[in-house]
Amino acid sequence: MEMLKVRHINTYYGQVHALKNVSLHLKQGEIATLIGANGAGKTTILNSLSAVTPVRSGEILFEGTAIHALSPEKIVDMGISQVPEGRQVFKPLTVEDNLELGAYLRYRRREGRTKIRSSLDEIYQLFPRLLERRRQLAGTLSGGEQQMLAIGRALMARPKLLLLDEPSMGLAPLVVQEIFAVIAELVREHGTTVLLVEQNAKAALKLADRGYVLETGKVILEESAAELLENREVQRAYLGKDKKEIWER
Amino acid sequence: MNIWDQTNECMLREELEQLQLERLQATLNRAYKNVTCYRRKFDEMGIIPEDIQSLGDLSRLPFTAKDDLRLNYPYGMFAVPLREVVRIHSSSGTTGKPTVVGYTRNDIKTWSQLVARLLTAAGVTHDDVVQITFGYGLFTGAFGLHYGAEQIGASVIPMGGGNTEKQIMIMQDYRTTALVGTPSYALTLAERMEKSGIDPKTLTLRVGLFGGEPWSEEMRREIEQRLGIIATDNYGLSEVMGPGVAGECIHRCGMHIFEDHFLPETIDPETGEVLPPGSIGELVLTTLTKEALPVIRYRTRDITRLIYEPCRCGRTMVRMEKPRGRSDDMLIIKGVNVFPSQIEEVLFQVEGCEPHYQLVIDRVNNVDTLEVQVEVNETIFFDEMKKQRAFVEMVEKKLASTLNVGARVKLVEPASMPRHEGKAQRVIDRRKNV
Repeated sequence: MEMLKVRHINTYYGQVHALKNVSLHLKQGEIATLIGANGAGKTTILNSLSAVTPVRSGEILFEGTAIHALSPEKIVDMGISQVPEGRQVFKPLTVEDNLELGAYLRYRRREGRTKIRSSLDEIYQLFPRLLERRRQLAGTLSGGEQQMLAIGRALMARPKLLLLDEPSMGLAPLVVQEIFAVIAELVREHGTTVLLVEQNAKAALKLADRGYVLETGKVILEESAAELLENREVQRAYLGKDKKEIWER
Repeated sequence: MNIWDQTNECMLREELEQLQLERLQATLNRAYKNVTCYRRKFDEMGIIPEDIQSLGDLSRLPFTAKDDLRLNYPYGMFAVPLREVVRIHSSSGTTGKPTVVGYTRNDIKTWSQLVARLLTAAGVTHDDVVQITFGYGLFTGAFGLHYGAEQIGASVIPMGGGNTEKQIMIMQDYRTTALVGTPSYALTLAERMEKSGIDPKTLTLRVGLFGGEPWSEEMRREIEQRLGIIATDNYGLSEVMGPGVAGECIHRCGMHIFEDHFLPETIDPETGEVLPPGSIGELVLTTLTKEALPVIRYRTRDITRLIYEPCRCGRTMVRMEKPRGRSDDMLIIKGVNVFPSQIEEVLFQVEGCEPHYQLVIDRVNNVDTLEVQVEVNETIFFDEMKKQRAFVEMVEKKLASTLNVGARVKLVEPASMPRHEGKAQRVIDRRKNV
């Protein structure tokens, strides 16, 4: 059964028709990636799912329940957390405060400190560097550490579905590798489902099971990640292989 | 029982429909953007891809016919630049130009996977030795089965068509276990073996995968009896993919259409209306994953029925019955598609032929024969024998190069053919088993 089922959603920014009739799905424990040029609608899809930018038409079913008319906090409550583009950590707060804020809804549900404490320990296990810097202000962290913090904060809500927006942006290749390894571990060990938006299409396709290629707000391809890596149109447009290389190969 | 791609072939219908919708929308977006013919058709009807919000909306889209491919000869229907195309095949057209089909690297991979599914469904495994007796060339049959068989790890013998003696020798010596070809060729092989005193039971042959032409259940029984094998049917057409669109499982109760790659509908061939599930009608197929040549609502002209009841094999994919006829006048002769209009066109170009002709098709010793009887005017008929023979040879040569299948020409006296009021009865098909 699909965990997430999106059927012909349309999303607008004012008059701008940003998503045109997009349908997609995610199975439990799967990593799917959205690839496409800037402005193709990748982030808009994530924002539509989390209701940051609500859809104008179409339907979104999460574990069989329609969520397209729900508020963002209700959607987090149901088990979908988004890691926004550019991390958006609370810079004047400490690392640990940032993480605890991720569990805000769980505090409100009165889950109890011990449970939340154990989640915190799990995050520190995933990202030992955050443990080292738990008392440090988030604003003083490096880009990579801020990204780990942003992911950690989202995980504190114990999501079933994690929406990741450009986690590799502006990071050194080694750090990207580290973060991608953690994403893979999350899926493997915890069965988390991931929808990944990446400009680093090659890395994303190597990590993902399936991919959707977007162009001007529309899905133009749905295929296994392995097939997309082989697709020459995709190679040329998104994997940075230039014409010469393709012509002369 | 083996299923090649358990995840996809046994999907819940609800999951399948979601996947189909996603792939349909992506296909429409690509086709609309990259293929002028589709964009024009959609624009004429005032439809944009975004209007298709459910699988049911498919019926709002225009049909695609073989003629569209012919009018856009050779590459006009391709949705990718030619440099992405790694293979080109073609099949005969209704008149004049053939239709050209292309495959990207991924299309070839998908093709191999789909044929692997139908081979597995028929019971072929990596332990089998597969002898392919389809002709290798522009037709899709041989290559499709070849790739699928290699995919599952079987040992492939790419024999190609004809050379029956050698086929039998190889079948004996190489210990072929699976035979791939047209059903009529299977009977030719059986006959030749009987003539040469070879008992098919001494062979290692155990299964046959037949396609490329329509065949009846009686013919299946005859093949199974005479060759001592299980004979399965599979379906495909080059405009859609080639073989690999649908194939029978060992229960042999209809061919499973690989619905995660092809979306089937049945329509009333006269009105174009979509018929309720389970009705007999013309099969219409939309490709869901093809990159080089997506086809939208392609009219196959094959009359069949879709069976949605679950199959004992566990596959959830819908089954299609053996096609029970055509909604156009296409003839399948020795596995080659022949349209009477092609023959007419050739005859019209020949000085001395009258526009009165008749086609007689028969099956002699399990081989299809085509005889073209044509009226000629007196200048030719009363000329000397030698010239007459040369004339016949010339027409036969012209026919063979247009049709890709041999035809015998018989000249008849002027005004000797029966004249019809209204539609002429030009085709006499004497084949019993079709």
